[in-house]
Amino acid sequence: MSDFLHMGGYGYYVWSAYGGALLAVVAEIVAVRWRLRAARDATSTLIAVGWLK
Amino acid sequence: MKRLPAIVPILATPPGARDFAAWAGIGWALQRDLGLALRSRAELAVHLSFYVIVVSLFPLAATPDRGLLAAMAPAVLWVAALLASLLSLPRLFAVDLLDGTLEQIALSPYPLAALVSGKIAAHWLTTGLPVVLLAPLLALQYELDSEAITVLSAGLLLGTPILSLLGAIGAALTLGVRGAGSLLALLILPLYVPVLIFGAGAVDAFRVGLGAAANLSLLGAGLLVAVVGAPFAAAAAVRIALD
Amino acid sequence: MRDSTLRTKSHNVNWFRYSSPASFYPLAGALAPWFAVPAILLALAGLYIGFVLAPTDAQQGEAYRIIFVHVPAAWMSLLIYLAMAFWSALALGFNTRLSAMMAQALAPTGALMTLVALWTGALWGKPTWGTYWAWDARMTSELILLFLYLGVIALRQAIDAPRRADRACALLTLVGAINVPIIYFSVQWWNTLHQGASVSVTSAPRMAALMLSGMLVMALAAWCYSIAVALVRVRSIILERENAAAGSAQLDGMATRGAL
Repeated sequence: MSDFLHMGGYGYYVWSAYGGALLAVVAEIVAVRWRLRAARDATSTLIAVGWLK
Repeated sequence: MKRLPAIVPILATPPGARDFAAWAGIGWALQRDLGLALRSRAELAVHLSFYVIVVSLFPLAATPDRGLLAAMAPAVLWVAALLASLLSLPRLFAVDLLDGTLEQIALSPYPLAALVSGKIAAHWLTTGLPVVLLAPLLALQYELDSEAITVLSAGLLLGTPILSLLGAIGAALTLGVRGAGSLLALLILPLYVPVLIFGAGAVDAFRVGLGAAANLSLLGAGLLVAVVGAPFAAAAAVRIALD
Repeated sequence: MRDSTLRTKSHNVNWFRYSSPASFYPLAGALAPWFAVPAILLALAGLYIGFVLAPTDAQQGEAYRIIFVHVPAAWMSLLIYLAMAFWSALALGFNTRLSAMMAQALAPTGALMTLVALWTGALWGKPTWGTYWAWDARMTSELILLFLYLGVIALRQAIDAPRRADRACALLTLVGAINVPIIYFSVQWWNTLHQGASVSVTSAPRMAALMLSGMLVMALAAWCYSIAVALVRVRSIILERENAAAGSAQLDGMATRGAL
């Protein structure tokens, strides 16, 4: 396991790379789902108020 | 009424009428824009002064070491030309948009691409050509030798029209938009990169002994492609902005 | 209103029905999980191949394993731009709203892929070539591609009218797409001229079969992921436009009635 983390001495580079990529992916997924939820909420509000459909 | 794609009006004019109207349109727009630009000579002088100031800044930021200056001369003179072009591009369409002339131009029987070409030609004559003429003098500030200066000027002569042509597309896309100036820079500078590489690269290649022919030929080819393609793209962008 | 139908097996599917945003909305919602789940599974499989099965590289040691995220991200950054150009061409040619919305949905994901490619590329460069940024042709072109993505996104934000923004961004994307090969060629030219002065950059290590398959599986995972994210994002775009249109219609109505 520690060999795996050590990555032949390159652990810092490999895990920073993958860590950054993972962070980007997670951030995008969270942002996209938040955006959809906000849009859905706005739509329900507009329907409730009677401005839409 | 379904909107037709922007290409259809260009294709729908009969060829004979299109050719005649195209040249007349180019001439008309060129004449008009030149007249307008020369009436506000102060603005042109300001843009040129910007170029001179930017070029003078780099030695101040570095050391006035002769070798270093000569080495960075093509880069500085070219980048400054790019930035000076960005400064003057918004003027290409924005003024006409404000007083309603642009809509009139778009409705006229002349092909819009021809009118846009005329405007771009006027823009180059008033902003690009002065840079081409001034660069050799400024290159002396950088201790660039005369043969290298010739190569630099040739590159700028071929490249500055490309800057005007590509810049017109950006200017039309950002017409009337918030923060148009900085947005224009973001949109156009990546497209300028090949011009910069081949223009400055011509001087570097010449100094290394490889000869500038390849770089200059590529610039020339780029100019031909831009002359043929950019006016249509810019015209399409103007129509998008006006609708 | 088009009425053509395509018979597939026992269903009559009217494909053109889905070209209206309102009908595409539920379809996108149904499709997204079909790409999201494979994305996760393929990523796990690819990482397993990359970290457990693939051997250590002779020259680069364990550092080469970064390629399993770097290369797929770079491939996707280019592929997404091509997809954006495709949708932009459709949007300009046929004046369809949904094509423009798909292009709009793809841009942020493309920009993110480019960022990941640049980030992982820099971290791969440091141990292998001694520098985080070597100004080699591919990385420099990737950087310019990032600027192209940011430009399209910035133009979209700057223009208020959605249809004008659609067409302007579509034109910009197409102009950028034509320029990408020219930019790459010029950067490569520039790089070979200055090769002597800069660090000499070798390409990816000689591919053992397992390394290549790991990369391909991760690339497939990235492809599925991008489609899933784009489908979810286009759903929010559809709703946002619908909301904005309803809001402005209501306000227009109130203004004409003198209620404002």
